[in-house]
Amino acid sequence: MIQFSDLHKAYQGDTVLGPVTGAIEKGGITSIVGPNGAGKSTLLTMMGRLLDPTGGRVTIEGRDVFTTKSREMAQQLSILRQENQFTARLRVRELVAFGRFPHSQGRLTEDDHRHVGEALEFLSLTQLADRYLDQLSGGQRQRAYVAMVLAQDTDYVLLDEPLNNLDMKHSVLMMRQLRRAADELGRTIVLIIHDINFAAAHSDRIMALRDGEIVTTGTIPEIMRDEVLTDVFDTPVSVLEVDGRPVAVYYS
Amino acid sequence: MKTARPVLLRTGVVVVLLALLAASLMTGGYDITISRLIEDPAAREMFLISRVPRTLALVLAGVAMSVSGLIMQMVTQNRFVEPTTTGTAQWAGLGILVTLIVTPGAAPLTRMIVASFFAMIGSLVFLGVLRRVALRSSLIVPLIGIMLGAVVSAVTVYLAATFNLLQSMSAWRSGGFSGIVRGHYEPLWVVGIITLAVFLLADRLTVAGLGADVAKNIGVNYERVVLLATVLVAVATGVTSVVVGFLPFLGLIVPNIVSMLRGDNVRGNLPWVAALGAALILACDLVGRTVVAPMEIPVSVVLGAIGAAVFIALVLRQRRHASF
Repeated sequence: MIQFSDLHKAYQGDTVLGPVTGAIEKGGITSIVGPNGAGKSTLLTMMGRLLDPTGGRVTIEGRDVFTTKSREMAQQLSILRQENQFTARLRVRELVAFGRFPHSQGRLTEDDHRHVGEALEFLSLTQLADRYLDQLSGGQRQRAYVAMVLAQDTDYVLLDEPLNNLDMKHSVLMMRQLRRAADELGRTIVLIIHDINFAAAHSDRIMALRDGEIVTTGTIPEIMRDEVLTDVFDTPVSVLEVDGRPVAVYYS
Repeated sequence: MKTARPVLLRTGVVVVLLALLAASLMTGGYDITISRLIEDPAAREMFLISRVPRTLALVLAGVAMSVSGLIMQMVTQNRFVEPTTTGTAQWAGLGILVTLIVTPGAAPLTRMIVASFFAMIGSLVFLGVLRRVALRSSLIVPLIGIMLGAVVSAVTVYLAATFNLLQSMSAWRSGGFSGIVRGHYEPLWVVGIITLAVFLLADRLTVAGLGADVAKNIGVNYERVVLLATVLVAVATGVTSVVVGFLPFLGLIVPNIVSMLRGDNVRGNLPWVAALGAALILACDLVGRTVVAPMEIPVSVVLGAIGAAVFIALVLRQRRHASF
């Protein structure tokens, strides 16, 4: 379980998040949703120890993410930010292999190669493994980055907008692959998703943020309600049932 | 992909490098042939005093500058930086001038330590300014470095003029190998240690090339890698500056060519960067020694001409590949 208490981030006195207290349960997929500027990325990058909080603490299985040795933390928690503009020209396989760095420090063992192969396979990248990243489409590159954090083989995987750059088909494929990673590999996955309907269709839980506060956290039926979503997104939303699934409609 | 082509390329680079080494050893004012080397002890002595040191100095300086460029490009995630486009080398020059002013008779080792220390300051100033600049587009970064270098050069020239040392500084600025003899170039062997250190750090440097966040995610201390890299570059630049002088563009051209051919995995690239760096500087030196023989054009001038052309070609290429 990821727990955070009184977590707070301010820039020059302007609070962008918190103080918030809450938890991400172990197992399954939790999606973080909310309007622009709600503090979603701030919360996720602080949970992933990439951003220092102004106050408060974050623990994973009781260990403080900011004080635990970085290499040990990297074997338990991986995080992928939204923007990844790599100037380094690496082949897909080389990039994914760096996901094994916390385990092998660069000297890849048989076991590392197996993990790399599995991660490539898992994201259907085996055919592209010897291509350079700059020879891929935006969507393929996104999959390569996700493969890298999956190869890291951590219990907790945090992803900031993994559907960024992906078209409809590849968004669905990516969510299915993440679903499999949660179900078959037992990973705990935390995502930021822009599209509430994608979140509802593929996650187990939703955490909704607005104006730097956590509005509510709950299961899909608890969150996919007119009054909850209207409140979170500050715009009229109605939830319809389509093919037995809740779908939020907010275009009027 | 792993067919005959890379093997062919590797063999090609080795053959070219050996040919250039031989040509460098055989070119010069005195007529030295292989048969004379075997028969004539005086010729052998001359060969060992002047010819061998010059060629070795070229190779070591070439490796130093191109490996420095490689390191800096990884830690700044920018293709256009190297010691002379970040101000690092200009700071080293200022350091040399300061020792000339303060302790004119200083031992070479003292000058190297001071030059390396100044180079270190130069790199840190550059990185510090970079951290404060929001627009880190790939061309802004070297532009900042070139401007910082220009300011430092201006201060250096002013000080040199004030203390009547302009001539010493212009000798430094033109970075030539004509004065290299035995007992003069040996400090350059420190380049070997630096290259070994880079080899040990290779994976961490590649990770640094992926950015601070990716590095932290996989448990690599990005700040420490940058600091170590800065120290290695400072020593390489400082020592090269004292022994040889200012060698522009080498660190820019060589890592970029290697990156185009084989990507950016530092561990595998290091021997290529070293070999190509040595080959390029040997070739430029040969050009400088032959086109106006028996006079000499300093290698920095030849490098500057070729380097500027390659720099522009890279910029144009980058505009075509928007994802670069």
